[in-house]
Amino acid sequence: MINDELQSRRYVVAGIISAVIVLYILRLFTIQIIDTKYKNGADSNAFLKKTQFPPRGLIYDRNHKLLVYNKPAYDIALIMREIRGLDTLAFCKALNIDKQHLINRLEEIKDRKKNPNYSSYTPQLFMTQLSSADIATIQQSMYKYPGFYIQSRTLREYTYPFAGQILGNIGEVSQHKIDNDDYYKPGDYAGRDGIEYTYEEQLRGEKGVEILLRDAKGRIKGKYENGKEDVAPKAGENLTLTLDAQLQLLAEKLLTGKLGSIVAIEPATGEILAIASSPTFNPGILVGRQRSRNYNSLLHDPTKPLMNRATQGQYSPGSAFKTLQALVCQQMGGITEHTMFACNGPQSYPVKCTHHHGSPVSLLSAVEQSCNPYFWNAFRSTMERNGYGPRNINFRTTYDEWVDRVKSFGLGEKFKDGDLYEQSRGYIPTQKFYNRVYRSEKGWRAITIRSNAIGQGEVMATPLQMANLMCAIANEGHYITPHLNKCDSMLKKIHQCKVDKKYFPVVFEGMWRVFESGTARASKIPGIDMCGKTGTADNSHGKPHAVFVGFAPRVNPKIAIAVIVENAGFGTTYAAPIFSLLVEQYLKGKITRTDLEERTINTVTNSYVQER
Amino acid sequence: MYKNVSIKYALDWTTVFYYVALIFMGWISIYGASYDFDQASIFDYSQRAGMQFIWILSAFAIAGALLLIDSRMYNFFAYFIYGFAIFLLIVTIFAPRSIAPDIKGSHSWLVFGPIRFQPAELAKVATALALSKFMSSYNYKLKNWKDLLPLGLIIFTPFALIILQNETGTALVFLAFLLMLYREGMNGIVLLIGSFAVLLFVVIIKYSIVPIQVDRGTLGMVLGMGIILVMQIGYAIFFGKNTKEALYLLLGTSVIGGITYLMNIWFYVSYNYVAIFTVVASCIYWSITELFYRYKKYWFLVLFSFGSVLFCFSADYLFENVLEPHQQVRIKELLKMESNLTGAGYNVNQSKIAIGSGGFWGKGFLNGTQTKLKYVPEQDTDFIFCTVGEEHGFWGSTLVLFVYWLLLMRLLRIAERQRDTFSRIYAYCVASILFFHLAINIGMVLGIMPVIGIPLPFFSYGGSSLWGFTILLFILLRMDAARLEQQR
Repeated sequence: MINDELQSRRYVVAGIISAVIVLYILRLFTIQIIDTKYKNGADSNAFLKKTQFPPRGLIYDRNHKLLVYNKPAYDIALIMREIRGLDTLAFCKALNIDKQHLINRLEEIKDRKKNPNYSSYTPQLFMTQLSSADIATIQQSMYKYPGFYIQSRTLREYTYPFAGQILGNIGEVSQHKIDNDDYYKPGDYAGRDGIEYTYEEQLRGEKGVEILLRDAKGRIKGKYENGKEDVAPKAGENLTLTLDAQLQLLAEKLLTGKLGSIVAIEPATGEILAIASSPTFNPGILVGRQRSRNYNSLLHDPTKPLMNRATQGQYSPGSAFKTLQALVCQQMGGITEHTMFACNGPQSYPVKCTHHHGSPVSLLSAVEQSCNPYFWNAFRSTMERNGYGPRNINFRTTYDEWVDRVKSFGLGEKFKDGDLYEQSRGYIPTQKFYNRVYRSEKGWRAITIRSNAIGQGEVMATPLQMANLMCAIANEGHYITPHLNKCDSMLKKIHQCKVDKKYFPVVFEGMWRVFESGTARASKIPGIDMCGKTGTADNSHGKPHAVFVGFAPRVNPKIAIAVIVENAGFGTTYAAPIFSLLVEQYLKGKITRTDLEERTINTVTNSYVQER
Repeated sequence: MYKNVSIKYALDWTTVFYYVALIFMGWISIYGASYDFDQASIFDYSQRAGMQFIWILSAFAIAGALLLIDSRMYNFFAYFIYGFAIFLLIVTIFAPRSIAPDIKGSHSWLVFGPIRFQPAELAKVATALALSKFMSSYNYKLKNWKDLLPLGLIIFTPFALIILQNETGTALVFLAFLLMLYREGMNGIVLLIGSFAVLLFVVIIKYSIVPIQVDRGTLGMVLGMGIILVMQIGYAIFFGKNTKEALYLLLGTSVIGGITYLMNIWFYVSYNYVAIFTVVASCIYWSITELFYRYKKYWFLVLFSFGSVLFCFSADYLFENVLEPHQQVRIKELLKMESNLTGAGYNVNQSKIAIGSGGFWGKGFLNGTQTKLKYVPEQDTDFIFCTVGEEHGFWGSTLVLFVYWLLLMRLLRIAERQRDTFSRIYAYCVASILFFHLAINIGMVLGIMPVIGIPLPFFSYGGSSLWGFTILLFILLRMDAARLEQQR
């Protein structure tokens, strides 16, 4: 044959193969025959790793009031092989379920399509999240039902029935999360929405494990090595929020019967003091066994209580936007503090004025009186600062600068460095947008986009952004990303606005006069200098949205607030009193105008809003 | 002259018998591994064993189909098949997730509707065919550098692509071709050096965490250098016949060791550097011996020693930086450097308990408790041998190993009776691949190999691997059957 001189190597190859197989047989001989360790150990060396769930971190408000804590809850697990002679009638009665439910549930557990990890030897969850009351009956008679076990867990409990959208809730972890994070196993719970979601890793703690020994029948024989290898669960870290419980409570109360939202921020720190969205729900209803039923009903409610309007609702800011317009137009040289424009009241063209005041108007009284024609003229003179130029180039460059400065106040983008889950970005239309809408770079001019001058049309902002805008004005040109976690690292997220400090006093003065002699004078609190701006945002869903933004006190502002009541009408009538009451509560600690409070609470603008 | 011999007579029925026997035993074991109290039948298609029955039937169909193809096709199309396999591997890496989904962190599967398979299985067959074709080509010489480079590329390309798919275990299978290369004339020293490298690596890693006199060096490095010196002395005595020089070296080493120990009483002297110094000095010594006495035997030894020292230095680096953390843990667990019976060591410990509890006769079919209770993970795929060990004990496991041994010996016999180099090389490729899988898989289950997830041929659950091995084997059987056709 061929390659003869190498043919003897076949014996080496055969030798290597044989040697390995002999080695393996010897090894088998060692562990199966000689070593008794494994033989005796088999029965007792079967581990049952029992997960010990850590208590979740507690949540406090800024004054160390406990908002969210844990209460014990129980799961009922079963091991299919150990179930013997189940007295279904008594069992169902003790658990308060019907027999059909029991049968269906057992089928579901056995179905490997739904429950791929099923084994009749290992514990399977039968019912979850039972309260102490639910299991009170069965706990005493558990010995009658071999194969069923009670496992303890913790559930969330809430001190106040508020801030459902902000606090978020806890639900069974999604498959997506299980795949991406080794921490989770099927059936675990994790934060859904809000704070519980954002700070999940901080709140969840570390699971512990208890290692038990089982025999071949799956019976538990005791702890492995007396618990030497056990790991104790580590409780989650506690979280202190920036919320003020009292203010939050009032804010939600004031929105009763209305669609709308309130955001209150401390300007110096960016800490959110209250963030309310109506309709809302008691977070306690999303805990335990009633969770899925309640969740579904919330999900299908036409008033959308699950949506956090404060961060997700997008509104035209309306006249509230004029405060910013006054600043940006001054900065860009379109107007000065002393520029006057004529106002023909309702006859003005192309933008009508809804108020009655003298003419010509100065910037100061334009802010005070919310004069539309003034801001249209200011906007136009700013936009046409350098003329239009060839192919509109000068105008477009000016517009870009305007967008840039407006956006520097936190509008038009999400707060990406903040900790609020589910935000909308609002909208400040870009040059590209208009080029597309008007089909060319030349197709639009200042007059085409006049609604931007008064915060209508394409300009959109969330209540959170409006409140933040007030912070930026109160701080005279900077803001700190609004946040909910009270900690120092958040305070470092300072953003400079692109308007110089010297342009602010006139806006302060104008906003102050809104309370002194302007549109909100009815809502003035004696002894507090407040600055504010009403807004009435036209929209396609009916009556205009009532908007009110502002801050107080005028010197060293402590609180900046945005209030929006959907389809209510004038900002003066519906939103300004809410602002005023909140300021009084926060600065004075109590409300003296109880009749105003009561009246506001009882005002119903939307009869579909349910209390939950 | 061309003689058409009926495949019925020419087919090697002995091999087919072993093949069917292994598949049957595997099927029974899968049934045992996934058996449940309330499970009815071995043919229940919703269960693993029932599914395996379908895989087995389809594998038989594939086997039958392969026997109908003319054996010369493989030689003719070898490079096409190889190219196609490489193409599929690349597709698997870059294809969108809809046809190449992520499964447990690796993307090695291609999914077309209900059909999914691992191109890596095809790559094994294709590489074996391409190697056979290349090495059987006219004028090919293994010792020729010009021929060695394409040879390396044929093996390395699929290897690298499979590594990119995060299937390190499957990629390692391509190392099996070394055994075939040895048979085809590769210097045996390569296998020896390979074994020596593994030995050095184990010693360096295992003892690198053991300090000598608190901070005066590590046992790993000193032992590694010691082994190199022992090799030198052994070589000098048995191959060089220079007993005197060997004794001098031994004496010198002991003296240096002693002096270092004494010096360490008063000063700080690192044993590591002394050990390395000793090896370097010994190399100089052998070079001088060669130059002055013109022995001409030691240049290889010097080269080898230098290589080993470099390897010792890089072993730590390789371990820490090239291996992934989970691979490091598996090796540490194997070398008993750390033991975490509830973590990384859980699988192997449970598997040893399951096998050990089987005793001589086993607990009986379907009576294994360890595997039933799902303590052994992957018990119907990579850890299938546990079920055999637990339920059928020592005699059953030995029987399985014995059948594998018979099959491998038969394959070697088939290989040697081939008339053309192409089919002989292919036969060796088949034997090498099967042997590698067997050695790694059972070694892992028995706790003497690191945990590398590759299936046990014909035994483990899964269509892709069963089909892969069936194709591998039956191409060989078809070639073998054709040996009687060509009578020149």
